[in-house]
Amino acid sequence: MISREEFRQISASGVWHQNTSLVQILGLCPLLAVTTNLVNGVMLSLATILVMAIANVAVAALRNLIPHEIRIPVFILIVAALVTVVDLVFNAQFHELYLVLGIFIPLIVTNCIVLARVEAFANKNPPLQSACDGIFMGVGMLWTLALLGGLRELIGGGTLFSGIDMVFPGLSPLQLLPADYPGFLLAILPPGAFILLGCLIAWKNWVDARAAARQAGRGHDQTPPLAITGRI
Amino acid sequence: MTLLVKTPSATRMAVRTAVILLIFVVVFTSLLSAAYLSTRPAIEAAAADEKMKLISEVLPRELYDNDLLKDALQLPPSVGLGNDEASTAYRASKAGKSTALVFEAVAADGYSGKIRLLLAVAADGSLLGVRVTQHRETPGLGDYIDPRKDKNKERPWIRQFDGLSLATVADREWRVRKDNGRFDSVAGATVTPRAVVKAVHKALQYVAENRQQLFAAREGVEK
Repeated sequence: MISREEFRQISASGVWHQNTSLVQILGLCPLLAVTTNLVNGVMLSLATILVMAIANVAVAALRNLIPHEIRIPVFILIVAALVTVVDLVFNAQFHELYLVLGIFIPLIVTNCIVLARVEAFANKNPPLQSACDGIFMGVGMLWTLALLGGLRELIGGGTLFSGIDMVFPGLSPLQLLPADYPGFLLAILPPGAFILLGCLIAWKNWVDARAAARQAGRGHDQTPPLAITGRI
Repeated sequence: MTLLVKTPSATRMAVRTAVILLIFVVVFTSLLSAAYLSTRPAIEAAAADEKMKLISEVLPRELYDNDLLKDALQLPPSVGLGNDEASTAYRASKAGKSTALVFEAVAADGYSGKIRLLLAVAADGSLLGVRVTQHRETPGLGDYIDPRKDKNKERPWIRQFDGLSLATVADREWRVRKDNGRFDSVAGATVTPRAVVKAVHKALQYVAENRQQLFAAREGVEK
């Protein structure tokens, strides 16, 4: 079973400390291509959460059967097979949803985040913990991609939630900036994604550094560290 | 010496891991095949449903009074349509007169794989409409060829083709504007529209070349 402390640690690590996009910087290819708007970012993340949870559970359950030497090919086999099965089942059973989410699922097969979590976590931990890890790594990705997609969309076109009518027919995108906003193409193109991601990483490091400085200021008295100036 | 006895030889080790890998491959490939076979009917049915919905998007309802799916024509694979397997064309007619042809074409040179298109061509050779039925273009970048993903809702990219024909648009104009043609494209995603424009052009040429069989044969079918 999973203890409260363990759960807290796994979730905090997925959402913040080991955030896939801001700290591990993994899976940038779909991330940069897809996050041209908020809705796409959220959709890709939802699909990733689903796939990571399933892949992590499968590998965790089989981890004692997989020889160490060939673990990577076996992981790739498991992940690719499961993603394809999810893709097929979605297509057959939830066709409406598939039309919205389906195109993102094949993208995830090539996403190294899934393989990274399988190798770094599910390979060494029981299924329940691994499921939590997959879900929270995905949640970390979700808020980052939503933020990144939202910023790119807003800066690039002045709108928010474009494409929402694909998910919830009847809702329409918000036009946040004046309609005559000329748009800023760079934000929509991949280089803009790199630049904004860089800003987000810097922001996260700044928040962490501030928190660490505050902690350090509280925890220790102000005696300067011992300086050794020479040895006899 | 005992250490040597306990450690399996390299050959044994290799055989053992190979067998385990083989077992994993067999198990997961069977899982894949099972999933594929069990979902195929449902996926095909859903795709057919969608096709009827799509046909209604390219072909105005007032242009035909026949049962479209009954008046189907098998087209052999051809370079003009870009497909490598036989496809079905549906012939629309009103009061016994051919009005339009609905058929599939494939653009093989999309940014990532084939783009399947559905076209409706009127009897006078002009395009009634084009829709993308299947593609793997980059979401959020190249997927604006699908009007549901196009940000420009008032005049989606794919509607540029409406009403055009080989007679009104010269051969060299069948290109995106970046290549000195007449079709718009979105900056950063030119490969996709280029492939679609080329496929539509080729498909129109195919229809023009095969006009006789495609449009005129219907009296023979009915009577």
